[in-house]
Parts: sequence; C-alpha cells; structure tokens
Amino acid sequence: MGYVPISFVDFRDVALAYDGQAGFAVEDISLSIAPGEFVSIVGPSGCGKSTFMKLATGLKAPTRGSVTVEGAPVTGPLKIVGMAFQAPTLLPWRTTLRNVVLPLEIVEPYRSTFKRDRAMFEDRARALLRTVGLDGYAEKYPWELSGGMQQRASICRALVHQPKMLLLDEPFGALDAFTREELWCLLRDLWTEQQFTVILVTHDLREAVFLADTVYVMSARPGRIVGRRSVDLARPRELDVIYTDAFTDIVHDLRERIGRVRQ
Amino acid sequence: MKRERLETAAPWIVAIVLLLVWQAICTAFRVSDFIFPSPYTITVSLIEYAGPIAGHAWQTFWTTMIGFAIGVAVGLSLGIAVGTSRFVYKGLYPLLVAFNAIPKVAFVPILVVWFGIGTIPAVLTAFLISFFPIVVNVATGLATLEPELEDVLRSLGATKADILWKVGLPRSLPYFFASLKVSITLAFIGTVVSETVASNQGIGYLMMSAGSSMRMPLVFAGLAVIGVMAMAMYELFAVLERRMTRWAHRGDIS
Repeated sequence: MGYVPISFVDFRDVALAYDGQAGFAVEDISLSIAPGEFVSIVGPSGCGKSTFMKLATGLKAPTRGSVTVEGAPVTGPLKIVGMAFQAPTLLPWRTTLRNVVLPLEIVEPYRSTFKRDRAMFEDRARALLRTVGLDGYAEKYPWELSGGMQQRASICRALVHQPKMLLLDEPFGALDAFTREELWCLLRDLWTEQQFTVILVTHDLREAVFLADTVYVMSARPGRIVGRRSVDLARPRELDVIYTDAFTDIVHDLRERIGRVRQ
Repeated sequence: MKRERLETAAPWIVAIVLLLVWQAICTAFRVSDFIFPSPYTITVSLIEYAGPIAGHAWQTFWTTMIGFAIGVAVGLSLGIAVGTSRFVYKGLYPLLVAFNAIPKVAFVPILVVWFGIGTIPAVLTAFLISFFPIVVNVATGLATLEPELEDVLRSLGATKADILWKVGLPRSLPYFFASLKVSITLAFIGTVVSETVASNQGIGYLMMSAGSSMRMPLVFAGLAVIGVMAMAMYELFAVLERRMTRWAHRGDIS
C-alpha cells in the first residue's frame, strides 16, 4: 500500500451502509487531506455529506475500506475534532461562556483537571469569544443572542479544546447573506491563525471556493466523490475576490459538474 | 398593567361569582341541605367540625405526599430507563401503558387483602396513580435530544452517562416539572379513593361516614378541603417549575 506520510486524513475505498437500508449511503470514497488543509465538500441534497462527516470523526465505522487519521486507523470517536452544524445546538440552560467550555468538561486531558483549572479554561473561552466579537456576551444565555451570534458561539465551542480538525456541516446555512459573509471572514482568520485542518460541508459554492484549498464534488446517493478541484487563488483572500473572473470561473466549473451529477 | 391585575384577580372573581350563583339557586328554590347544600351551610359545617376535618385532612395530606414521593422516585427512574434505552422502551413501554389504563380503584381491594385496611393501601394507590405521567414526560424529554448535539459530545469521547448528565437530564427538567403538577393532583385522587373504600382515617373516610349519616354539608366540606389542598400543591410545583427552569419559559420573563 502506498502510504503517504503527509496526509492527515486518509480515506481508502470507503463505503458505508446504514443498518436496515438497502445500498450504500456513500461508496468508493478515496481522498487524502493534508495537515492544515481547508477542504470543502459540495453536492446535491442527500448525497451523504453528513455520512462523510460521521466517518471522518469516527462516529461511524466504514462498512468497507479504511479511514486513517494521523497515520492510525480510526476505531472510535477521535477527540481531536471539533464540530459545528447548521443549528447552533447550544444548551439554553447554560450561559454562552459555560456552553463554550462544555467540551473541556468532557474531553481529556482537560476533563480530569477541570475543577482545578476552571478559571483558566474560562479565561481561554473568554479570549475565544473576544476573537469572534462576542465580547460582553459571555454571561448571556444563548436565547438572548441573535442567530449569527449563536453560530459564532457554536464555533467557539468547536474550537475551545484546540482540535486538530474542525468539521463544519453547513454552519452558515441558516444565516442571512451579510452575516454569512462576515462569518466566512471570521472562519478564514481563525484558520489562518490556528492552522487546524477543516472539512466544510456546504451547498454554497461561493462559500466553498472562497474558503477552501480544495473542493470535492459529491454525487447523489450513493454518494461518491466525482470531482476534485484545487482553488489556487492567492491568500489571504478578501471578500472582493468573489467578484474576480478567476473566482467565477471556478464556481462555474463546479456548478457544471454538480449539474451533471444531478441528472 | 391594568390587564395584568385583572388576570391575577380572575380566578378569585370566577370563584366568588360561582359561589354566589350557587347560594342564590339554593336559597331561591329552597333546595334541601340533604340533597345539595348551599355554600353557607357548607361553611358552617366547615367551622363546626374544623378540628376533626383538620385531623383527617392532615392524614390525607401526608399519605398523599408519601405516595407521591415514591411515585416521583419510581417515575424518574423508569423515565430515565425508558428514555435512554431503546430496549427498555420497546420491552417495557407497552406494559406501562396497559397498566396505566387499569382503574386504580380496582387495586384497592387487592391492596387491602395484602396490607389490611388503613394508610398503606392509600399510600400505594397514590403512588400507582401518580408515577405514570412522570415516566412519560421524563422519557419524552430524554428521547427528543437533538442528534447533532449528541454527535458533538460523542465525537469528544463522551460516555452515555456524560450525555445523560450534562444534556439529557437538564433538558428534561421542564418536562419533569410539568408532570409533577399533574401527578400531585392524581396522587390526591388515589389517596381519597382508597380512604373511601378502605380506611378509618382521612378525608375520604370522613366523607364516606358523613354521607352514610346523611350529613351532606360535611361531605361537601370534605370535597372543598381536597380541592384546596390539591390546588395549593399544584401552585407550589408551578412556582418551583418556573424557578428551576426559567430558560424554558423565556417567553414569560422578557
């Protein structure tokens, strides 16, 4: 087997069938993601993007093939990942700050020292909230925050335990266009600064291209990777890049490929 | 502001109007006290027999509280089991539903055979009638957990116990408190039913014996006392609910 030392996540001929369902949800998935790479996955609804996420985090074991992260086969929940979804899924009985520190109460090594180091952890969460512009909202409850603010808090929760990989499942899908663009830039800055690996699942091609190094196109069920496109736009990217020809060409190319798999 | 004050006063206004109409009908048609006593005669007998009524009310009250406490403990445990385990849900739930459909008064003779006449059958009837709503509500609260949230926690290596503790239980608290309000009133029903059939103490017994000696105002006084006790306990749990689960009632406080 050709082992590629530089890859961080490695999928080899992966297929997954859910219990009691005919056929595979995803199949023939082979790809490798470098450390610190920003990857987007786009495709029509129901193409198994969420299944892909479950495989990458170890929440589901592949029916066929193998998933490797950091050179070791994935056998269970990874603990080095952070996740955020379209719904912010914050706990309404906890303040924003206590929502953000929640992973530290669960994941090792923070868990065992949580009681002792609580003040330090809370300071870290506060610093993170500051970087996403939620200064002064730490003691507010999630339901006192707007949708965009809740999503920022949700991203903080995904990052507080300093994961090596961030998995985002349509995190900006429910936001208005302006808030969405704001959060694109926020995510870009966090990624530039902290250099974690990102897998972003999205319907929005502009979002995928603006943020990612590599965009994968998935087909409808059973989901397969049917295209891979590197985005060679220079970094750091400003929002203006969206209106350049190079950007539109890539979006057009991807749009055409998705059009083909939808037929 | 004015509307708010009106809302607070509404239950009192309705109660007073109802009592006045009742009294008016009894007076106007000269309804016999042996058939349908008026609020006035009921009040008179409440005052006249205040001592014995208080004694029997106290008996009914603590009997109900013990039965209810057992109901909460059992209901909570069963609710957690049913809400967290698919296997328990599939296996136990149909049985619980069938059990709940049986009129609890049918159990009283059996309980009397086992434990004799008195407090124990009343406690057990209160328990049997009150635990089911708690099971259903706690199980519902646990079963409606967002799958995404579970994924977030599981991907961090959270155990089932972690998820139950950090998310499941706090999330079911509003459901739990809502069921307490229903259960406490049911527990009173259970106690009184059992006392009526098989006891020589408690409001149920008092009403039974007053009825057999044709003292209808005293029977109605017993009814009034049960109603007031149940209402007071309901309100207590409603206040507790609002205190404990403020986040679930955010509409009311803003």
